[in-house]
Amino acid sequence: MTERLKSSMTFRTQAFLLALACVIGIGSLMGGVFNSQRLKTKVSRIDAGPQQSAEFRSVVAEVDQQFQTRWEKKQLRHAKPASTLTVMRRASLALHGTIPSVEEIRAFVDQQQFEATDDEILDRYVNYLLQDRRYSDYLSERFARVFVGVDNGPFLIYRRGRFRLWLSDQLMENRPYDQLVHSLISSQGVWTSDPEVNFVTATITGRNNGRPDVMKLAGRTSRAFLGMRIDCLQCHDDRLGTIALNPEHPSEGSLQSDFHQFAAFYSQVKTGLYGVEDDHEHYAYKYLDEESEVIVPPVVPFYQELVDSRGARRGQLAQWVTHPNNRAFARTAVNRIWAMVFGRPLVAPVDDIPLAGPFPPGMERLTDEFVKHDFNIQHLIRVITRLQVFRLESKAEFEINSEHESAWAVFPLVRLRPEQVAGALNQTASLKTINADMSYLVRLQQQNELDQFVKRYGDTGEDEFEDRAGTVTQRLLLMNGNLLQSRITNGNGSNASSRIAMITEDDQDAIESVYLAVLTRLPNQRELSHFLLKFRNESDNQRGRLIEDLFWTLTNSTEFSWSH
Amino acid sequence: MSCHTATHWNRRTVIQAAGASWLTSLASGLTNAQETARDTKHPPKNVIVLWMQGGPSQRDTFDPASAVSQEFSGGVQSIKTAAKGIEIASTLPMVAEQFEQLSVIRSVVSREGDHARGVYNIKTGFRPDPTLVHPSLGAVVCHQLPSESDIPRHISILASNRPGRGGYLGDAFDAFQIGDPLRPVPDVRSRVNQTRQDARSRDLFDVVELEFAAGRFKNLDDSKTLHQLSIKRAMRMMSSEQLRAFSVEDASRTDLDRYGNTSFGRSCLVATQLVQAGVRCVEVTLGGWDTHINNTEAQRDRIRILDPAMAAMMADLKASGLLANTIVIWAGEFGRTPQLNGASGRDHWPHGFSVVMGGGGIRGGQVVGETNKTPDIRAENKTRDVVNPVTIADIHATVLKALSIDYQQELQTPIGRPMAISKGTPIAQLVG
Repeated sequence: MTERLKSSMTFRTQAFLLALACVIGIGSLMGGVFNSQRLKTKVSRIDAGPQQSAEFRSVVAEVDQQFQTRWEKKQLRHAKPASTLTVMRRASLALHGTIPSVEEIRAFVDQQQFEATDDEILDRYVNYLLQDRRYSDYLSERFARVFVGVDNGPFLIYRRGRFRLWLSDQLMENRPYDQLVHSLISSQGVWTSDPEVNFVTATITGRNNGRPDVMKLAGRTSRAFLGMRIDCLQCHDDRLGTIALNPEHPSEGSLQSDFHQFAAFYSQVKTGLYGVEDDHEHYAYKYLDEESEVIVPPVVPFYQELVDSRGARRGQLAQWVTHPNNRAFARTAVNRIWAMVFGRPLVAPVDDIPLAGPFPPGMERLTDEFVKHDFNIQHLIRVITRLQVFRLESKAEFEINSEHESAWAVFPLVRLRPEQVAGALNQTASLKTINADMSYLVRLQQQNELDQFVKRYGDTGEDEFEDRAGTVTQRLLLMNGNLLQSRITNGNGSNASSRIAMITEDDQDAIESVYLAVLTRLPNQRELSHFLLKFRNESDNQRGRLIEDLFWTLTNSTEFSWSH
Repeated sequence: MSCHTATHWNRRTVIQAAGASWLTSLASGLTNAQETARDTKHPPKNVIVLWMQGGPSQRDTFDPASAVSQEFSGGVQSIKTAAKGIEIASTLPMVAEQFEQLSVIRSVVSREGDHARGVYNIKTGFRPDPTLVHPSLGAVVCHQLPSESDIPRHISILASNRPGRGGYLGDAFDAFQIGDPLRPVPDVRSRVNQTRQDARSRDLFDVVELEFAAGRFKNLDDSKTLHQLSIKRAMRMMSSEQLRAFSVEDASRTDLDRYGNTSFGRSCLVATQLVQAGVRCVEVTLGGWDTHINNTEAQRDRIRILDPAMAAMMADLKASGLLANTIVIWAGEFGRTPQLNGASGRDHWPHGFSVVMGGGGIRGGQVVGETNKTPDIRAENKTRDVVNPVTIADIHATVLKALSIDYQQELQTPIGRPMAISKGTPIAQLVG
């Protein structure tokens, strides 16, 4: 299909959805009385059970102690615990890609407790986030970028959408991470009914008689699952000694053959009548400075003793990669999940972890825990979000510098990802939670608007945790763009701005509600008195307008666009 | 674009709007702009990229094979151009007249035959690398030739996807995207009147931002977030007279007609205005070149749009004197097979295709390299009979050298990896 045809189809689909959503939107508006009773009941059934066991507590305490020791050694002060609301915002952005709704905030926290710190509420909140489909939908896209990238790839034989949906299902079922990765590397079948094989078909380029690209697969496997960038070895030996593949002798350089012997594990994979299959093809390669091609045997670059050399090559590779004693695998997963939770990895770049260390506080202990709990992703997230470092303030009474941030003595300031900004903006505009309980078509229509927003805002692509500067385009989009305008304009009846104008009792209530909806906190005294004065100086019929202005001001703040 | 004077901000009102707190940095920006303008010893140089999305056929454009059989030539005839000894497809008569200023490289070879990878390759000069995103040519030019202007200095018009990116230089170097110049520039008009906008900005800068900065990094905005700085730049753009350069409102009907009055034509006209206004790199996209079926007709359909637009742009740049410091490049992600397929189409062909360039110190009227008119497209070594092959990296090195940019210098990626700007060799026939 030509690119032009594709884009015109998208346009038609959008127009159709827009029309449908309008019809449905009117319906939902009429019945849209703000009522969070259903959510309150749901929330009351969620406990902090998993986080209360003695074993869980002792792991958390051990990791906390490692960070404490590091701070003492470096003579760094650390920040105070953050308020419950601050941590809720972080957790929601990390696990749902959006901010908490006013409805959710009220279901979890009493207004009097907003400024307090309550670890049990936060544990319950994390458990709530983990059982909501938004968790798997959001994280599946994050993982999909690691596993298959962002491009649409070869048409017909690669179905990114199916793959993502499959991943979301796996995360929702909390399938052990080792099993999930095992099936990515070794599965056979058709890209539609066995979506995990898209990991393989994503690399088909039309060359090599339609066989998947062995080198791409090897590069992807080493980066995504072993935390190693061995791609450079594809063309030459490691002359700089920067790629250490021998855990006992880390200063030993590595060879071009290390890469190709690793790649040889993918030599048998092909696509046939029944989709992705394996045959008995050898892997031949002409090394740099060699005269002719040689048959390259499949050999793993380290921990050779963990290989079980029976069965198809991909199966052997999958078994070795995910072996509980293959520390690189578990460590890489811990580093990535940490990065998803904090917005910044423990070891940077996220996919380049030295095999023999040295490792920062937390890394090894969390890796042990992840392996011991059978690669349970949700357990790991519970542990990480329970750590002291996740619950610290991002500001302090002492002067913060980059050393505090790099030692996790304060919570790091991290620029939100485009999807998080879009998600937050969308949630901001609705007091009710935008989740699976909302009409499918309304969500689909919203998704379309959000996709457009993300496209213009600037997608981060695969390169996920690099610090990137903001752009003028982003600011213009937030200041004057359609998405914000449609979400804050007063008088359309259904958005938060209109509802706050209608249902709040007095000015203070209105101002506090906007702060809660946009920044997940109450205004402090100075802010409150400033805006109260403004509201009092205007006549009553200007109130809606002032609420709109406040929405604009808060959504255009640094605070809104950063995780903190 | 319509320019509503009622809501149109001038620079003074923007400064007043946001209070004195950020006046200093804005004022220093303006001084820089004036200094740059005064510096005439090294005239600033610019780049206009005419991006042919989908892969234009060299046989239907700048490397016709009129003397050979239909299955290779596709029936395309050639015509003489203003440059002695150079013939191009007869479907480009107007561009042919401009060929004293243009040169064609007919022997471009790359190893990327997939759209996404090819676009990346040609726009950045590097093959896709999973561990790093390279900046596109426009981003490199903006990075290497700093200057101040109210509007973004890297602009992409009509890009449906994959516009030029800042890559490891940072998103700040991403191309600012606009559509057909008949429509207003997106998001540059405030949604409320000026009094309200002023009040909003004051609340933001004097209340909410101050509260957030308390207890955090010293100079939070300058040293880390650059949030307020970006807002100020955005406001400066909103109030800038230079926004008129995005519009064809001032162009006469005759001028619009000379460019063909298509969205691409209007965009080419706007590209000349933008360069005049201080924009470093403009990329204008014309899509629809991916002609796997009925190649000759489908290519001709695109060429009808291309010919007047490209020719009028070259003529106008020359007449205004801008061509002396503006390089024009015509390219797509690859060429198309020299032999028609069963559906009278041509497929992807990175093994010997054409790129055209001129202006800004690039020698015009030259032909670089040569392709076999009737090659065996199933040969193992598909580039075996390409004469004087030129790589994508060579093309980048050529352009960068013409811009007096040290193309061999190494820049640091965010993780401290040194990366050469280009690993190619400039084409001596064109620069040197």
